[in-house]
This record gives sequence, structure tokens and C-alpha cells, in this order.
Amino acid sequence: MSYLIDVSGLDALIGVLSGQGFRVIGPVVRDDAICYDEIGSVADLPAGWTDEQEAGVYRLRRRDDLALFGYNVGPQAWKKFLFPASATLWRTEGTEPEAGPFAFLGVRSCELRAIAVQDRVFLGGAHQDQWYAARRDGAFLIAVNCGQAGGTCFCVSMSSGPRATEGFDLSLTELLDETGHRFVVEVGSGRGADVIRAVPGWRLAPTSDEELSITLSERVAGQMGRAMPSADLRDLLLDNFEHPRWDDVAARCLSCGNCTMVCPTCFCFSVEDTSTLSGDAVRERSWDSCFTLDHSYLHGGPVRASGKARYRQWMTHKLATWVDQFGTSGCIGCGRCITWCPVGIDITEEANAIAGESAIAGEAGNDA
Amino acid sequence: MTLEPLLRGHRFFAGLAPEYLALINGCARNTVFDEGTFMFREGEQADEFYLIRDGRLALEIHGPGRGPVVVQTLRAGDVAGFSWLIDTHRWQFDGRVIEPVRAIGVDGRCLRDKCEQDPKLGFELMRRFAGLAVDRLQATRLQLLDVYGHAHG
Amino acid sequence: MRTAEAASWIATAPWRVERVRRESHDVVTLALVPPEPFTFEPGQFSMLYLAGVGEVPISISGTSEPDGLVLHTIRDVGAVTHALCTLIPGQHVGVRGPYGTAWPVAAARGGDLVVVAGGIGLPPLRPAIRAALAERDKFGHIVLLYGARTPADLLFTDELTAWRGRFDLTVEVTVDAADSQWRGNVGVVPDLIARAGPFDPGLTTVFTVGPEIMMRFAVRALLGSGVAPERIYLSMERNMQCAAALCGHCQFGPFLICRDGPVLSYQRLARWLGMREV
Repeated sequence: MSYLIDVSGLDALIGVLSGQGFRVIGPVVRDDAICYDEIGSVADLPAGWTDEQEAGVYRLRRRDDLALFGYNVGPQAWKKFLFPASATLWRTEGTEPEAGPFAFLGVRSCELRAIAVQDRVFLGGAHQDQWYAARRDGAFLIAVNCGQAGGTCFCVSMSSGPRATEGFDLSLTELLDETGHRFVVEVGSGRGADVIRAVPGWRLAPTSDEELSITLSERVAGQMGRAMPSADLRDLLLDNFEHPRWDDVAARCLSCGNCTMVCPTCFCFSVEDTSTLSGDAVRERSWDSCFTLDHSYLHGGPVRASGKARYRQWMTHKLATWVDQFGTSGCIGCGRCITWCPVGIDITEEANAIAGESAIAGEAGNDA
Repeated sequence: MTLEPLLRGHRFFAGLAPEYLALINGCARNTVFDEGTFMFREGEQADEFYLIRDGRLALEIHGPGRGPVVVQTLRAGDVAGFSWLIDTHRWQFDGRVIEPVRAIGVDGRCLRDKCEQDPKLGFELMRRFAGLAVDRLQATRLQLLDVYGHAHG
Repeated sequence: MRTAEAASWIATAPWRVERVRRESHDVVTLALVPPEPFTFEPGQFSMLYLAGVGEVPISISGTSEPDGLVLHTIRDVGAVTHALCTLIPGQHVGVRGPYGTAWPVAAARGGDLVVVAGGIGLPPLRPAIRAALAERDKFGHIVLLYGARTPADLLFTDELTAWRGRFDLTVEVTVDAADSQWRGNVGVVPDLIARAGPFDPGLTTVFTVGPEIMMRFAVRALLGSGVAPERIYLSMERNMQCAAALCGHCQFGPFLICRDGPVLSYQRLARWLGMREV
């Protein structure tokens, strides 16, 4: 059973959540990109905006309608809030309490998968990270089903989309046609049901709209512009650590680390210890990237000194050794690393190149 | 095509009887290696040894945090590979080409068989390889003495 | 909302330094007083923290009875280890742990045990040797092969001398380069392996720690002597920051050294050890 609300209903939904004490985070246009930040109402949403993405290219473009979620993914991931780029872990004079619970509006299916991947890293082991837990607990997730595939998306071949199926409290599909501008709302949890029923003017969605929502996702699934090879990626990469393709990509990679900053699942962090002038000790953590020379520092030098070794580390971790370490792939198919790479390196192209030339791949020469 | 002229011209086989050169030729082939490639890797089966005719080869060992270290550089007239003579038959180091190498590759297994059949050939080769090994050992000891540096207190 | 609590993965407790023993010019053992009962397995490590300076992983190198002091042996190689090496009794250091996988001492029972240590690799092996000696009758031959750069770098020399005095333990020590007083063996550790045999391939277990290059050559010699790869255990090292499988630094291929190691069998490590820059 799904619900139906219109744009003013969505506005009221935001109000219900902030009334319950949530900090509502959603997409906003800023710095020529769609970023995630606090929102107060639907007026803050990027109405009528879409993004054009290709390897090394990101541009905002005007749509010819006023869809609120008519874009795909921007340079930021929800980890900006769940696992901030820098945080104080401990100081001698005590830590400030964390801010109130988050409500995330506009979480793509792939992003739900990314949150689940980071949940496994930070909460699923013998040691839990309670800074992540503090922000993750109680977070209210409103998914949104993509209305079109992005230029660099490949969620289908990573089995992470395009339709949100689990891990959300509510899931919206935006419909904009002659009938009107409305949202089919699926419920994913008890409190999700409570919130949607607190929105004035909610109705049950007609079957025709529910069907439209499903066909939309099927159409989007067919729009993917690229795909990973069909071979088992973990085996493929573990068997090809010395493939000549690594030299090829190393000649292009600048080790700038953009991919690790925009990737929703990258989780490496460094702990820094400093003292203040008054003699207090502070422990902070901040995002680290396996592209830095410091990341693998040991016995006077980095283990991974060459750019080739560092690129290989990033890609094989993301697609292969992550499985050994955490039981899932680290990649969710969002394409951010492709879009935001200044030289347009495409992780799917690299994987296909290795698969095409390897006897291990299931079918050589898969189309991208 | 016989490689005997090349074998004869290599310093390592200087003075070796022609019939022995002919025997060795039966196990030999011409090889060329591009700059930056590995002729062999640590741990690999050492089935072949190389008489270097041209170019330069670095014997390297790698460890975490310090990158590959060159323990010796071989050039024209040198030989790469004692391992084929030793029981384990595995390369002890990586051999990385720093200038394009032209070498004569000699199949170790083939040559061992011939040495088994003709002990005099075996002794002749063993003598030469032993001489090389002693030279390398002495050089390594000198390197270890750190004659330029200060002795560790 | 919650604040960073005492139960966090990074929470350390202050332990008092009871004794400091200088083992060599750059290695110190701290005997620390645990504030509450502390148990560990041989091969595990602690994270030692000095506020405002930093935190490093340090092998637990034994206990001191009867006072139950926990020994940590540290080599002075950087800012944090230098500060740890200059602590004096009465001062405190933050400790959290123990972390990591342990030497499978119990699994080695019923056969021969060969311990191959290089340099600062002896401290994490000492608890395993002591554990085996504590139930000596459960093992066949026990052999320690130990090498250091120079005689001045040899650690635990008193204990080594005591071990050499036993009839049920073989100890072979070597140095890479001798000084003018040294009358002991000179040569590399892997070359000692020939003196530790003959091996019963199905029944010999090996524990080894040292520079990675040394371990590779030692393992090659051991395999050549017929020891099974699944019975050879190494202790691996990589950049370690959280020790809690959260920060991503200690990866070595598919392994998180803080969680899947540091002790790993050669069988699992083999394909990764040969690769550069992993």
C-alpha cells in the first residue's frame, strides 16, 4: 500500500520531521552543484535542476519542468553527516554533545546501499565506532527513486538500484505529468508510516500511480550507460594484481584523491594527536585517502610509493578485498569517482579492460 | 642457427673446448628483454640462466616501506643465475632490466642432464660458476664491511 | 545525544610504569601495572598512548611474575616511540588492548616448534616461547633461531643465556656484522635453519617475526626443508592507527592486520608476500 502526496504535502512532511526534532538534510543548489545541506522547506530543493555527468564532467542544467529530484548525485555523499570529514574524538576538557537526529531527504537507492556498507564497517565488527553510531542511530531516511539514469551511473550492474527496496523509512517516486506534480510514497518502517500519516491531506496512491512508479524504475534501469564486467569482480581483481593495465591507468592517474573524497563508502580516517598551549590533549580524526603517501607509511617510507600501487590499492579494495574484509563490495555504482576524476578515469572501463584480457573473466570483452 | 660464436665470445665461456660449446648450444636460445621488464622474479622457478651480451640488469629485492633495493648490477660479460645449479632451483632476487638486455638463455635442466652424462663438462661448468660465486661472495663481504662508513657502536 | 564515552574503541586507561629496562641502545622494555586484571595471548599487541604525542602499536613481550606486570618492548624509531623509551618509573602511559591474533601455541603441541626471530621480532615471540616452555613435555624439539644486525642489537641477552643453559632447548644466535669482541656466529638468520633440523615435515610448526625480507628468505629455507606452508606462521606489520578494524590503514591485501593478524599462516600470506607495494 502506497501513499500519495503533492508538493505542499512534501513541504508539510519536512515540517513534521523538523517538528519532531530532526535536522532535515536535503539537496540544495550551491557552488554550481547539487549538495546536501539543511533545508527548511521545499523551497530549498533544486526545483527544475538536473545534472549532466560524464567522465571528468559535471554541469548543472535547467530542466524543462520543475521536478524537485530531477538530478542524480552530486559531489557529496551522506557520509558528510554520518562520518564527517573531521571530528574531535576526545579532549581533556570534555567533548561537546552531538547535534540532534538527522532526517535525510532524497537518498538514492545506491546511497542507501552505501550507508549499509558503511554500517557494516563502523557498526558490524568487534569494535563499533560510536561517533558514527551516534549520528546513524535514529536517522530518518527518505529515499527517492531516480527518474532518469545519470551520465556515469552503473547501479544495475552493482545490484544497488535504481529502485530503493530496503533500508528506508519512506521512499518517494516523483511523478510529474498532466495529472499533476505528486509523489508516490512507500512505507519502509513503522515510524515512516506514522510520519506520512501525520502529513495533512495524504491519500492512498491509486494503482495507476503505483504502476507508473514501477515502470519508471524499469525504464531508468534500461538507461544505464555503463556496466561492470559480468565476471566475479573479487576473483577477477585478486587474480590480476600484476596486470599491465595498472601501468596504463597509472600513467593517467594524478593521485589527487578526488575519488576517495566523493565516494560514499570510502571510510579511511587518520587519528591526530595534538596538545593545546594550555596543556590539554586533543584527539581528532579526519578523512584520509589511500592515495596519500602517508597512508601506508612504514619503517621510514610508504609501502605503496608508486602512483600505480596506490591506484591499484583503491580499486582492488573497493571491488575485491573489501569483500574479504567486510563481506560486501565497497562499490555501489553511483559513478561519482568517474564524474569527479579530473582526467576521467572510469572504474568500469578499467575493470572491463582487465576482464577482457583475462582468462578468468566469465565472458571476455563485455560491453561497457 | 647456432649460437656457438656468441657463446664463444662471452667472457664466461672463454677457453671452453669447442665440443663443450656445441653441447651447451643445444640448450641455448637468444633472448631480448625490454627496459623496465623483469627477466625473473624472486621465488620463481629458475630453469634458465643468462649470459648477458648487452644492456644492464639490476638484481633487486623489495620490502615494505623502502622500495626495491638494487643489490648488484650486471652488464655485458656477466652471468645472471646460479640457482639452476642449486637444489631449490628458485630465483633469489628480482631481475629488472634497466637498459635493454640481449642475452643467451641456457636451459638449466637441459644443461644439468648433459652434465650428468658428461662429468667433465659438469666439472668445467662447476669450476666456472664456483669462481663467479666466490667473487660475488667476496664482493658482498666487502659491501657488508661498510668500509666507507663508521662501525656501529 | 551521546558524547564520546569511556567505552569507545579509542578509550585508553592510564597504566603506571613500574620498571624500565634498557635492552639495547634503542630498545626499552616497560613493565606496566594494569589497573585491573589483564590477560593476553602470545603474539598480541597493545596500543600505547601519550597524550598530545600520539599512539603506537607495541608488542606485548611477556609478564613479570609474581606482580603481574605486563611487559611491552619498544624500539625508538620516531616521536612517539622515543617518548615511550624515555619514560621513567612512576609515570603513566595510556594502554588499550590486547589486539590481534595469537601464535597458535596449543596447535603446535605434539610436534617440534621452531621459532625464527630477527631483530625487534623477538619481543612478540617471547611469550610464545615462554608458553611452550611452561608445558615443555607437550612438545618435541624446541628451537630458537635469532639474529640481529650487530651484537649490540641483541635483546633479552640474560634470558637467552638462561635458555642456552637448558638441555631441552636449542638456541642459535647470529649477527649480520660483528664487532671486534664478538666470538659468536656471524651470518644471516635463514642460514641457521639448516642447523635446526632435521624436520619432520608433518609435525613441525614455525613461528617467525622479523623484517619482511628476512621472513621471506627464512620461509623459503623452511619450505625447502619440508615444513608445510600451513604450519608456518608470520607476524605481519603495516601502518596501524585504530587497531579496531575501522580506519583502513593496516590493510595488506585482503587482511586487516589489526584484526586478521598480526599472526597469519604462510599458506594465506604466500601470494601477497611476493608482490611489491601491497
